[in-house]
Order: sequence, then structure tokens, then C-alpha cells
Amino acid sequence: MWAIEVENLSKVFRKTTFGRRQEEWALKGVSFRVAQGETYALLGPNGSGKSTLIRILSTLLLPDAGRVRLLGLPLPQEERKVREQIGRVSVDAAFYKKLSPRENLLFAAQLYGIPPKEAERRAMAILERLGLETRRFGDPLEEMSRGMQQKVAIARALLIRPPLLLLDEPTTGLDPKSRREVQGFLEELRREEGTTILLTTHDMAEAERLAHRIGFLARGSLVAEGDARALKELAGAQDLEEAFIRLTGEAFAQEENHDS
Amino acid sequence: MIRRVLLPMWAFVFRDFHLTRRYFSWVVVFTFYAIVNAATIALIGVAQEDFRLTLTLVLGALLWSYLSAMYQEIANSIAYERWEGTLEYTFMAPVSRLVHLLGVSLFATFYSVVRTGVILLGLALFVDLDLSGANLWGVLVVLLVGSLAFMGLGLMAAILPVMSPENGAQATNILQGVLLLVSGIYYPVSVLPPWLQPLAHLSPATYALEASRKLMGISHPGSSPGHLVGAPLGAVLPELLTLFLMGLLFIPLGLWVFARAERWAKHTGKLKRTG
Repeated sequence: MWAIEVENLSKVFRKTTFGRRQEEWALKGVSFRVAQGETYALLGPNGSGKSTLIRILSTLLLPDAGRVRLLGLPLPQEERKVREQIGRVSVDAAFYKKLSPRENLLFAAQLYGIPPKEAERRAMAILERLGLETRRFGDPLEEMSRGMQQKVAIARALLIRPPLLLLDEPTTGLDPKSRREVQGFLEELRREEGTTILLTTHDMAEAERLAHRIGFLARGSLVAEGDARALKELAGAQDLEEAFIRLTGEAFAQEENHDS
Repeated sequence: MIRRVLLPMWAFVFRDFHLTRRYFSWVVVFTFYAIVNAATIALIGVAQEDFRLTLTLVLGALLWSYLSAMYQEIANSIAYERWEGTLEYTFMAPVSRLVHLLGVSLFATFYSVVRTGVILLGLALFVDLDLSGANLWGVLVVLLVGSLAFMGLGLMAAILPVMSPENGAQATNILQGVLLLVSGIYYPVSVLPPWLQPLAHLSPATYALEASRKLMGISHPGSSPGHLVGAPLGAVLPELLTLFLMGLLFIPLGLWVFARAERWAKHTGKLKRTG
């Protein structure tokens, strides 16, 4: 069974500026599938449509065309059931910054119907595994480093033990030690829990280390997919970055403004 | 039931309680301002040496403080989420909007009651209030029934920050201002320009005030500064029924309007962390 099935997915954002109607295609007919227990990485520069795709899968955005099924459930028809089974980590750790990790995690857990004691036990186990000092569990999150905040964000996503994890650049901005800890934890999660992971990243090494398969996303289109070796062979390239540039005609440093 | 309704509803109470605790200095500042504001209004009645006017102004200030605090807590709940950057996470949780609204409203009611009590205590420092004879329990019943309609109005106003991340939060204040103007909080509705008076009938605050004034005995000819002749609850049944029906209409209407706005936001991409 497929954990993620995406078929001809398109999304366009329309806006009117000074009476002129403009259209920006964030996704153009994207199709891919991810098997249960697989880790799939989407690589693409800013504005390639990665975050739009993650938002659609997270039930926060409705596509203009195409079909999505998560864990066999169609979206948006089975929105609630899907929401009960997905965890998400976004590029910025979105929290109530005045609240402590404990308060933020207990709030999130209760939203998903997890009793506070059980949530606290699970959160402590995850945070300890991620190397967060648990004595700081009661301090406001705004007093914590970006790395620590991101570990709490990962703990929040894992509290419900989701069979499907959507990670939108989860290690961007982390120091090398924190990045390694998070990557190690994701590998362990996949190995021990069989969690399916969809990961978007800029980091080629991260994609190569974590993902079974990689998709190259450029200007809203999925240009190529396969395992790292197959992509390099297909492009006749020495490394993934070179393969990306050859296959998409786009450099990774390129900045665009319409990532949504 | 516990997993799907009670725990998620309690989550919002838990969150809002801890946010209030963490932003306590702001709560103190706003409450201090509310006490001073209520006192300056009540002192107009004291200066006129008119106990009926003083009580009308005190009642108006307290009732408006309660209803507006509740309205603001609900109407701004979306704007707060966007400001904190947590909007997407709350909206992707498997929680129905009704449970979401009930959780936010539960804390808003608790918070508004405590805040109004503190303002009443603060007012006692400025105005000699003798409420013996007033039907205060009846006023409490009116407030609680009136809260339902204000929850619905708050929910309808909460769509504004969803639809316009830039200006929506400010627009909720316009609706609140209109309610303050047309509901006759500090004056009879009859002094409003005739073209504005029909709007008073649409505001739940109008009926809550009319009922509360009767229950306090403000207009009763037998009331005196030392002893008020408050009406029994049965005397305000028409107002209570109107308030209840408004709640019955406004809450489902608010949920329906909110669901439409949420769907629109999901189409246009407005349901974002920062807008």
C-alpha cells in the first residue's frame, strides 16, 4: 500500500496588483508515490513548490487540480482521519514563544486527544533522545536556541506516533551537531517504527543520507526521481547537486520569491 | 467523547490560561486601564448627584467590559494565532471548529467574569455602590445567556483576520465599535438618530442591558440610593428569550460563515503562518 499518492497535482495562486490579475503556478501536474516505511526527499530551490506541496498534504491548502491520497484516504474528503495520522515539522518552529516546551507540547497533545500524563511521558522520552536538557522543559521557548526549538517541534510532530511524517526543511538553520542528532533520530524512527517520511530539503547530503528516493522539483514540476545513484547516472554527474543542475537547468543558489 | 471533544476543548482553556499567565503584565495594564475608564464614566453620574444615572453608567461599563472582553477573545483568537505563528498547526489538528470555539469561549467566559469582578472591586474605590435589593443573580443569568450571542458574533468577526491577514484584526474593532454605539450602553437607544435605531434591535447587548437595568431596579419608581427594587427574573423573560434565540441563530451562523471563510482561505493560501 502507498502511504502517499499524488497525481497530476496543480496549484495556482492568483492576485490582483493595480488592477492587473496575475497567476503564479506553484505546482504544475506533479505526480509521485511514496511506499509505506519509505523516506522520500523532495529537492528544490526556494520557490520550486516544496512548501506548497507539503501544505496541500497537511490539509492546509486545496489544490486546483489533481488527486491526493494519504494512507489510502482521499483528500480533502477524509481530512479529519488524515489529520489524526500525520505529523508535520515546518522550517520555522511555530510555537507560542512565551510558553514552555512542556506547555506547548501538552496543548498539542490534548488537541489530538492524548491525556496530559501520557503526553508528558512521550515528550520527555523524545526530547531526551534528541539531546534536549529536560531541566529546561519549563523555560519559555523564546529563551531557547533555534536548534532546541526545532527539537521541540519534532517532538510535537511525533507525540501522536504518526505513521506519516511531513518534514519541511526540518534541519535548516541548525548547527552541525543538532543536524546530526535530528538526522540520526529520523533514521532510528524509520528503522524502529516504520514511519513513512516525506522530507523537503536544500541539503543534498541530507537527502542522500536519509532518503530511499529523491525527487527533483523545479518551477513547480517534478523533473526527475529515483535513488541518488540513479539520478547521478541519469545526469552523468559526479554528485547530486551537479545532477540537479543538469536535469533541471537550475542552480540551487537561485532565489525566487513565490514559494508559498 | 473524551478524546474527540473534552480533551481538545480543554486544550484551548489550558493554552489560554498559560498565555494569560505568561502575559500577566499586559493583563494588569489593560485591567488597570479598564478600571480607570469605568471610573471616569461612573463619576459623571456622581457629579450629577443622580444615583439612577450613576447606576446606569456603572452597569453599562461593567456589562460592556464583560461582553467586549468575550467578543475580543474569540474574534482575535485567529489573529493571535497568526501573530504567534501557530495558525497552521492549530488548523491541521483533528478538531472541529465547534470544539475549537467552545474551548476558546470557555476560557473567554472565565476570563471575562474574573476581569469584570476585578473592575467592580476597582470601581468601589471611586463610587459608593449600594446594590442591596438588586437582583444580581438575575443579572448573572442574563450575562450568561447573552454570552451565547456574543460568542456567535465573535466567531463571525474572527473570519476577518482569516480573510485579510493585514487588516482583519483591526476590522474586528469596527464591528465592536458599532455594537458599542447602537446598543445604548450608557444612554437610551431613543437618543440615537432615527436611522441608526433599527440597528439596536440586532445587537444582543441592547437586550442584555434592558434586562439588567430592570433586574437592578434602576428605573423602578420605588428605588432609592439606599435600597433598589430589582425585578424578578420572570419580568425579563422576553429579553432572555430574545437573547437565547439570538445565540441559537448566531452560533450556527458563525460556524457556517467561518467554515466558508476557512475553505476560501485554503483555496487562496491565506491560511499561512504569517499571512
